[in-house]
This record gives sequence, structure tokens and C-alpha cells, in this order.
Amino acid sequence: MINPNNISLNISHALEFIDGHALNIPTLKILGDNGEILDGATAPELDKETALKIYSTMRFIRLLDERMQAAQRQGRVSFYMQCLGEEAAVTASAAALKHDDMIMAQYREQAALAYRGFSLDNFMNQMFSNELDLGKGRQMPIHYGSNELNYMTISSPLGTQIPQATGYAYGQKLNHIDAATGELASEIDNVTICYFGEGAASEGDFHAGLNMAAVHKAPVVFFARNNGYAISTPADEQFKGDGIAARGVGYGIKTIRVDGTDTLAVYAATQAARKIAAEQGDPVLIESIAYRLGAHSTSDDPSGYRSKDEEAEFRAACPIERFKSWLLKQGWLNEAEDEAAKDKIREEILAALKVAEKVQKPALEELVSDVYDTPIPALQKQYEELKEHIKQHPEAYPVTAGRIK
Amino acid sequence: MAKMNMLHAINSALDITMAEHPQACIFGEDVGYFGGVFRATSGLQEKYGKHRVFNTPLTEQGILGFANGLAAFGAPALAEIQFADYIFPAFDQIVNESAKFRYRSGNEFNVGNLTIRTPYGGGIAGGLYHSQSPEAYFAHTPGLKLVVPRNPYQAKGLLRACIKDDNPVIFFEPKRLYRASVGEVPEEDYEIELGKAEVVKEGSDVTLLAWGAQMEIIEQAAEKAQEAGISCEIIDLRSILPWDVETIAKSVTKTGRLIISHEAPITNGFGAEIAATIQQECFLHLESPILRVCGLDTPYPLALEKEYVPDALKVFSAIKKSVEF
Repeated sequence: MINPNNISLNISHALEFIDGHALNIPTLKILGDNGEILDGATAPELDKETALKIYSTMRFIRLLDERMQAAQRQGRVSFYMQCLGEEAAVTASAAALKHDDMIMAQYREQAALAYRGFSLDNFMNQMFSNELDLGKGRQMPIHYGSNELNYMTISSPLGTQIPQATGYAYGQKLNHIDAATGELASEIDNVTICYFGEGAASEGDFHAGLNMAAVHKAPVVFFARNNGYAISTPADEQFKGDGIAARGVGYGIKTIRVDGTDTLAVYAATQAARKIAAEQGDPVLIESIAYRLGAHSTSDDPSGYRSKDEEAEFRAACPIERFKSWLLKQGWLNEAEDEAAKDKIREEILAALKVAEKVQKPALEELVSDVYDTPIPALQKQYEELKEHIKQHPEAYPVTAGRIK
Repeated sequence: MAKMNMLHAINSALDITMAEHPQACIFGEDVGYFGGVFRATSGLQEKYGKHRVFNTPLTEQGILGFANGLAAFGAPALAEIQFADYIFPAFDQIVNESAKFRYRSGNEFNVGNLTIRTPYGGGIAGGLYHSQSPEAYFAHTPGLKLVVPRNPYQAKGLLRACIKDDNPVIFFEPKRLYRASVGEVPEEDYEIELGKAEVVKEGSDVTLLAWGAQMEIIEQAAEKAQEAGISCEIIDLRSILPWDVETIAKSVTKTGRLIISHEAPITNGFGAEIAATIQQECFLHLESPILRVCGLDTPYPLALEKEYVPDALKVFSAIKKSVEF
């Protein structure tokens, strides 16, 4: 039978609505609060080296966030965003990927970049927008990016990375055109992971990106970080459906919901999702459930919209402590060594901060470079005029005046 | 050389690109088997496969989001927006993403592989939503290039240059001329340099400047002027961003008069930018105020389209006004 409407051919004679919450999607949880594997759950295959790398990345990010939050309060950086409460969701998902898979993140995923090997100095140079910043001092703190590490530079507008991830992943697939048939192979080397929050999922780009990924079979692992809040707006004022996961089914995308504070559940789900994307060339949606323990950013104060009691409840369920308990049970981590490592990391962070804040700002040329591959004539003219003006008033422009050629 | 209309010329430029780069993709609404509502991509899916020439769902923001991602990956992304009137859902992806991709990343990533093709302009009884000329919105965005061809030869050469240029480019296609404009076009590959205006006809009394479909109109006005003994220099701007100040300034320095004509509403149209720059460059050479003959500040009309458009008679009136000032 032809099916022009592209629907399941399932005729009923009873007038019946399907409930808006008919799916009742479960949340995968593997690791218990005390580091035990829960009854009926299967721990993913996770070797000691990877497990410790996940842990040390989470530990590093927690300490970096603490220090930089304080640095913002001291007026040393203009802005910061913490990953607090979501370290497991971001780190374990990044760990389940290949090193050369593309990461297209929203902004709170510094742990994924740290896992890839972004150096402490790179983090600092970006936050101080100095001349060593890979982004040439053009974006606010935490808008990291690295071509070498396959981490797409962060863009402030929300959700724009979602359809872009679909296009990027489609490109990864184009690397595998069968020379004989000219057709696309379904099995591919690399996939793209795309992170976004439950608030960003209200943007039209979410719909565009997921629908196109499903239609065009783009190998994207969509990773929705449902952390309960979009700045001050709670999730129940953001949508009425069963989280973000229910929408995946609407697009015909394989979907799973995981406890985002459970390192093992996130790792297992992302590993399985990556396998589907790489072997079948299909997108997958993961909805991670966690709680944004910190403020949205340093410009936000959650005490105006949520209670201390609510925060305390979620603070008790620390994703890092839970994973640490598992590592201790495995005999892979030593408490005393862990504490010593934290002290050392704190020192390193402070030292790197002190170096980066003294590095000079980018040269004036970086104001006009990279708008185009080469400056267009009108911009070149404006640049020459600006240089002349600064030369005439060097005292007014101390950052660049001394370095104009 | 072959006789081609503008659609054939565009199709030829796309065909060359698809053959040249095994990862180049053409996508948009109805561009697949159907070949696009104007047939610009006709036959290309059969030739290059469904995975490289394909219909997208009806989502302009999705088309441009996808295109940005594909271009950032490194594949030539040839996105079609069916009518320029419908480009606005993609405005954020173009203005905040395509245009800023290289700058914001410090050149870690770029979307230089992106080319957006979109039919623009009136003259087809298209009313409000099939007639607009939205170039000025995009001309206010550093990081983009904007190009408009006036005939089939220009269309092929400029489109090939847009595709090969390492910056995101919007290629506005004058839909009124798709089939109406026919000319000799080389079957082989060639490019026309971006950012360069062309003096189409030399003259001495007044400079007429336009682009795209409006070129035909100012040429008609110039003929009327010639009958009245006025010699017009006719220039096709071709690239709106970056635009060729030098060629225009040189011409106005010679003629002392400038008339700019575009279909888009006059207020904040690109003609305003040109007038401001040229009065600065040519102040002491100007014999009369720079005039603009443009669309009215209304939405694009339907029944009263003839009254709305900057037709040859309106341009001719402006020529006389300029010369008699």
C-alpha cells in the first residue's frame, strides 16, 4: 500500500486520544549513592585508565570553577559559568567518544574540552582574552574552541549549534562515499556530539536540527542537559511534555534518558549511542537529568528564584563523590593521594591565573583580521584611519598604542 | 559559447562545482528530483545522487544551520532559499553564525565553503512575499559577501567566484530574469572577480548605478536620455559587499552626477550607503545632489506594482532633474 503521509498504517475504529505523557520514559541509573552497582544494572566496560581520567577531569573542573567564580568576584575576569552538578554528564559523555569526534557544545561543557586535553593555560588565556587566546580575545570568558581538539568554538546564541551539528555530521558521512556505487556507507569513522540545555531546546533550531538529522540520517549524538533551569525559568515553565526525550520519539530518533549525575549511566548510554550513530549512521537523543547547582552565570543570583532547601537537596547528591565512591570500591583511587592532588591542582590553577592575567591584550590588527579571509578594502581603510587616530592620541588607547606598526 | 538563459547558466555553474568537488552538496526546499521551483538545480540529483543533491524539510533556519555545519566540516555547501522573502527564519544563522564563524573562533573554524543562492526581486506579480529585495539587511553584517548578477554570463562567472571564495556569500538571483534574460555563455569554467563593479556603457553627463534586474531599467532610461541629448555612464555594481567605491568614485568624478536605483524601499536601502560614501569621495566634483530612484517605503504591493517600482520613466525623470539642477 502506498503511504504518502509517511505514517504507521494502524487503523482504529475507537475514538481515542493518546495521552500527552503516554510514553512515560524511564531514567537509566546504574550507580548507587554509595558507589555500588544497582540491582539489575550492568556496569559499562570502563578500564581503570579511562575511569581515572574521567574522575581527574571532573575534579579539575570543580576546582577550576571554584577558583574562577572567585576570580570573577574579585574583578579579575568579567564573567564565568560553572559546570557545578553536571560534571558527570559532560565528562562521561565526552569520554565515551573517539578523540577525533566533533564536539559542538552550548557553553557549560568545559569538562568535555578538559577531557580532550585543553591545557590550563589555554583555559586561562581565553578567560583573560589575552593575545595567546586561540579566539584572539574576541569572545567573553568560557567561549572556548579548538580545531586541534575537535571542539567547535562556542557561540552565545542558544541552540544554533544544533542544526550545525546535523550538517557537520552529514559531512563526516560524506567522507565515506562508496567509490563503486557512489552511495553513502552507513558505517563511518567519526560522529558529532551536540550538547544543549533544556531551555535551548525551546529554540526553533532544536526542531530544525533534530528533524533534519532524522530525515537526512546524520550521525549526531544529541545530548540534552536537562538541568532544571534556564537562567531563572524552571523546566515546568519551559515545556509540558515528558522532558526533552519524548520529542526524540516524535522525530523518529532513538532516544534514552539517563541520570546525569551517574557517571556510569552517562558513559554507558553515550557509548551505545555513539555505536548506533557510527554503525547505522543515525542520530540518537540522550536526555541527561541533573541539577544546575550553581548560578546560571556570575551575572545571575539564584536566591531570587529558588530556595536554599531545594539546592541543599541536590547538593547532597554530588556526581563526583558518587563516582569517587565507586573508584574507591574498585581500589583504583587512594583518598590521601586524591586530597594531595587537589591541593596541587589548586596551586597550579592560581599560578596559571597569575600568568595569564599579565599577558598583554591582542594587537590592534586582531580587531580587523578574520572578519573575512583577508580584509576587504573598506575595512582596510577604516583600519588605517584608526591607526592614525590612535597615533595622535596614544594616551587614550594604552592597550594598543605602543604596538602599532 | 552557447545560448543560455540565467537558469541554465546557474545550473552550469553548479554542475561544474559538483563535478569538481566530490563532497559538494546542493540542498534546499524542492531542489532534489524536481530541480527547484524555478528548475535551477534541474538534472543535478540524477547526475550526482540523492546524498549530494537533496530536498530538505521546510525549515530555512534548518537549511542554514545545516549549511553552516557542513561548510565548517569542509564541504562546499550550496544552500538554496526558495525565495529571498523567506530567508528571515535563517537570519540568525546567517547574521550571527555564518558571518561571525571565523572571527569569533580566531580562525580556528570558518564557513568559507558556504554559498547561499536565493531568488529576489519583483516583476512577477508576486506581491508582498515573492518580490522582496532584502540585500540591505545583510549589507549591514561584516563577514558576509553579497553578489547580484544582471545576465546569464555574469550569473555563471559570479556564482563560480562566490563558490570558490573563502567567505560565506549570498548570491541574489533576479528571478524576473531567470528565463527572460538570454545570452552567450561559455560552457567551460570561468570566474568574474568579486568586489568589482563594471562600467557597462561609458558616458559623460551622469552616472547611473544599479545591480541585478534593475540594470535593464537604467539601460532603458539611458536610451531615453540619449534621445534627449544626455550621455549616461552605466555601471553594474555586481558586488554589494564588498562594493567597488573606486570605480563609482572615478565615474562620478568624471560626470559630476550620480543616480542610484534599486527596487528595495528607499529608506536605509543600499543606495543610502553609496550616496553617503560618494558625496564624501567626490564632494568637490558633484554638480548636483546624488539622487536615489527606489521602491517606496511600503511593503511590496501587488495590484499597484507598476506604480511602486522604480521604472525607466522614474529614472529618466531623475536624470533630467539631475542634469537640470
